[in-house]
Amino acid sequence: MLSVETRQRAASWLDERLGLTAIGEFLRHKAVPVHSATIWYYFGGITLFLFVIQVLTGILLLLYYRPTPTEAFESVQFIMTRVEFGWLVRSIHSWAANLMILTAFIHMFSVVFLHAYRRPRELTWLSGIVLLGLALAFGFSGYLLPWNTVAYFATKVGTDIAASLPGIGPPLARFLRGGDEVGGATLTRFFGFHVAVLPGLTTLVLLVHLALVQKHGISVPPKVEQESRRRGVPIPQMPFFPNFFLRELMAWYGALGVLGSLAAIFPWELGVKADPFAPAPAGIRPEWYFLAEFYTLKLLPSHVWIFEGELLALIGFTLLAVFWALLPFWATNRQGEIRTRLVTGAGVALLAYLSTFSALGYWR
Amino acid sequence: MADDRRSLIRWLLGGGFTASVLSFLYPAIRFMNPPRIPEAAVNEVSAGKADELKPNTAKIVRFGSRPVLLIRVGEEEWKAFGAVCTHLNCTVQYRPDGHDIWCACHNGIYDLNGRVIAGPPPRPLEEYAVRIRDGEIVIARRA
Repeated sequence: MLSVETRQRAASWLDERLGLTAIGEFLRHKAVPVHSATIWYYFGGITLFLFVIQVLTGILLLLYYRPTPTEAFESVQFIMTRVEFGWLVRSIHSWAANLMILTAFIHMFSVVFLHAYRRPRELTWLSGIVLLGLALAFGFSGYLLPWNTVAYFATKVGTDIAASLPGIGPPLARFLRGGDEVGGATLTRFFGFHVAVLPGLTTLVLLVHLALVQKHGISVPPKVEQESRRRGVPIPQMPFFPNFFLRELMAWYGALGVLGSLAAIFPWELGVKADPFAPAPAGIRPEWYFLAEFYTLKLLPSHVWIFEGELLALIGFTLLAVFWALLPFWATNRQGEIRTRLVTGAGVALLAYLSTFSALGYWR
Repeated sequence: MADDRRSLIRWLLGGGFTASVLSFLYPAIRFMNPPRIPEAAVNEVSAGKADELKPNTAKIVRFGSRPVLLIRVGEEEWKAFGAVCTHLNCTVQYRPDGHDIWCACHNGIYDLNGRVIAGPPPRPLEEYAVRIRDGEIVIARRA
């Protein structure tokens, strides 16, 4: 057992080199507002936690996975049937991916409905939108890796949507596919994107996002602010460390419980190996987070006026994404006030579109 | 004089830096662009024995690197179409019940002339010629 004096000397040695006192001081002064909507503050942290799980299980899967059309499916099959706990690691990886996208969406909509995007947090919102885009790119690229039928056709459709962009579309699709058709080159590229490019980019943007959250502190909803001003009472706060931190840890623990249960009770299926010369099977559909777009594409006729339906859909999706990404800028009027009703209405409309079309895409 | 020299040095440094970044980026971007691999032109393929495919059934045949849907409509009637849906690139299939060609991805439906009869596909399927030569099915590009 180390003596008190030795421990103090070790602490002071580390403090001199790492500035621990300053970090401790910073944590002591960091506070989280407490009000009826505080629960929504946990979802960003849960998303981060699920990302860490993705990285860890992804590293484990890398030990056995082989990214070629002749070996990819068999290597995942090998992981699931021969490697000890392989089925669990792969199931956790797949379930965590889906839960991460779900919690990222919850986080995004909570930011919208609590109006946390407003000045000076516009860049925090934009970096969050980029992170959501990266999470979807992770989902799309990872989906192909087991090289099963559903993934194969999802990639054909996804890259063909990119190809329908005027001008840049065909070279972009060739870049994504590594050739003219979805094949071995696509699998190699998607593997590279999934395990190197996207993790690198995500880590960078995540650091920016967290630094911005750190810089601006946690936002208080305008209603809570107004109420506090009206009553002349300051908004109650809890220290970030240890109070909020320990609650966040409990939330992570809860998320881990849900994830572990889902992964163990409903192991992620592998499906049938992709065959480029087999027809797309009946009932084929993408992952739930692309269902709304999938159903929209299904509904649109071949031509609307002079436009092909798929091009029109692509233009619509792009405009919607740009409009949504620029939310903090159109949410404020010339007087610098937030148009809360307009933003809430837009949020409800988007949520209604996504949930209704996803449900229709799933069941019809 | 000193200002002129400073701005010249700044211009040279800035220009040199930009040029070196571009010279790194150019080969990297060219590297990412997959090379075009020439394919042997296929104008005709053999699709097996005619008596192996029953009337009102179909199969997918390799035509070079592309799938072609071969349909035996009746005893003497054969049809073949490029099996790639003109909507978003999925592979179509023949439905014996409805006597039509269906894409499961977005519910596109074509008739047995390859024309779109329902759903989002914007163009008809490409039709191929089918001949029976000594009991062997031969699929060929249309002239």
